Amino acid sequence: MGNEFYPLFYSFHFYLFGLIAVASALLFVTRKSPVAAAMWLVNVMFCLAALYVLLDAQFIGAIQVLVYAGAIMVVFLFVVMLLNLGHPSELSDIRGNAGRLTAGLVGLALLAEVMVLGRAEFPAQLTMAAAESLKAAQRIDGPGGVIGPIAAPMFKQHLLAFELTSMLLLTAIVGAVVIGKKRTPDAR
Amino acid sequence: MPALDPMQLEPSTWVFIIFTVLKMLAIFTIYMVGVAYTTLAERKISAWIQDRHGPNRVGPWGLLQVIADGVKNFTKEETMPGDVNKALFIVAPALAFIPALIAWAVIPFGAPLPTPWGRIDLVVADLPIGFLFTLAITSIGVYGIVLAGWASNNKYALLGGLRSSAQMVSYEIAMGMSTVCVLLVAGNVSLSEIVMQQATMGWNALLLSIAAFLFLVAAFAETNRVPFDLPEAESELIAGYHSEYSAMKFSMFPISEYANMITASAMFVTLFLGGWDIPFTLWDNSGPATVAKAALTSLFFAAKVLFFVFFYIWVRWTLPRFRYDQLMSLGWKLMLPVALAYIVIVASALLALDAAGLARTGWAFKGALMALNLVLVGVLFFILDRGRLISPAYSRLERERVARLRSVAQRRATLAPGEIRS
Repeated sequence: MGNEFYPLFYSFHFYLFGLIAVASALLFVTRKSPVAAAMWLVNVMFCLAALYVLLDAQFIGAIQVLVYAGAIMVVFLFVVMLLNLGHPSELSDIRGNAGRLTAGLVGLALLAEVMVLGRAEFPAQLTMAAAESLKAAQRIDGPGGVIGPIAAPMFKQHLLAFELTSMLLLTAIVGAVVIGKKRTPDAR
Repeated sequence: MPALDPMQLEPSTWVFIIFTVLKMLAIFTIYMVGVAYTTLAERKISAWIQDRHGPNRVGPWGLLQVIADGVKNFTKEETMPGDVNKALFIVAPALAFIPALIAWAVIPFGAPLPTPWGRIDLVVADLPIGFLFTLAITSIGVYGIVLAGWASNNKYALLGGLRSSAQMVSYEIAMGMSTVCVLLVAGNVSLSEIVMQQATMGWNALLLSIAAFLFLVAAFAETNRVPFDLPEAESELIAGYHSEYSAMKFSMFPISEYANMITASAMFVTLFLGGWDIPFTLWDNSGPATVAKAALTSLFFAAKVLFFVFFYIWVRWTLPRFRYDQLMSLGWKLMLPVALAYIVIVASALLALDAAGLARTGWAFKGALMALNLVLVGVLFFILDRGRLISPAYSRLERERVARLRSVAQRRATLAPGEIRS
């Protein structure tokens, strides 16, 4: 836990990556070329991963890069390239002043929510006492390394939910294959 | 690394920072020189395999050829084709190379080095999530090729980019699944813990041969090397994703290919061949850290990595390229199911052996795993495969299969020209 030892180092990098993330997110929304937008989104993913690592959630950080940047966005790019979407000017998504106004209002509402949540007291089940958090941090050095404290509850207490989620994903994949597989008369 | 000498003190913050910078410089230098000389090694070894001389004019035995190549690439005219997406066209070669370099940050390359200022671990950053970090970084490697293909505004380049994204995403899954067994046996994702586990239990290549085989095949696909070089397939796509590149930008793609090759070799060595462990002795893993140990283990690590670099080159000049549908069906219909079944078998075996009360470092545990491994290798390669994939070029077809193929050919020959096969 380096937060206590290098507070300046940590907060500097936290705000740095936060700033890059917000800037990249803005660029992602405003770029008209789908590939450029996708690349800015990848940058957002990287910054989020960096923020997770700074919060000592290294596993989540690695998974963020592995799943979102490394798999999902690659498939996005694949589809964009395969469809070879037309000139960026045809793809403008912002429709008229009413759409802009709605988007702005939704954005303001979300910002207000963040402000309120930042000042509110968290419910007790979402927070961790300082002593407990220290104990959780020490468990990292135990058997299983950083993965142990995540894997143990997942495969012991929440096994049913975990397996049901994986079944749900599997069903979605099988469904996609069934829909995608065309039954033409001369198919083998 | 807790098993090593606890008497050696941890270095102070400044010493740690200074030595980390030194390690980064050392790795970068050795790695870049290594990449450059791998290109020469490829030409020399291909010449040796084809009974030629190879480059032998620049310097003694052609050793300065690398420098000549570098100078040539830097001084060549660079063309920027019209209608390319400029930003991505320039960024893509760098994106192809950087992930290979970053992955080296977590690979342990030697036993700890004792210095007057404390014990220095011979790894740039011993992350607790080490293995997941390398997996995440290699999954980024595809962007360089995909973006190069797309930004070039060329149909062949685009096809190469599309092929590479499909291929790398597919084989990433097989690669990840094959390494789950290693993580099960090691019980940790930290690479230095995996090296220590292999030092005490024996190398994973002997305990988990099928996982090692799957990882090696997937690593070939991930690095776009023959027999999986479909993204650049010269005979079909006129060099694919880097058709439009010239001078040093073009050169970055071969450089990143060799860099990826060395990184993949290092990953294979770390996960399956004991990393920096010296076989048949525990001298290097126990007792106080000494300079001799650090030097010898680093040499052993380098030797293992170089062997696999040679192996990559050897395979390239031996095997022909896969067809695209063969590549996809190998990845999805063979490697993924085999890897999944293997995870179930290994997990059950570990559970049974732990339940039987055997110590993980004991000979009974190791022996049982190795025996299971031998049986599984026999079943996979000699019963399930029957010479189809391992030796397809010269294996004899079964009689009934030949008869079936002949009957199909005859039926087709008797069809009228306009008739469609039902």
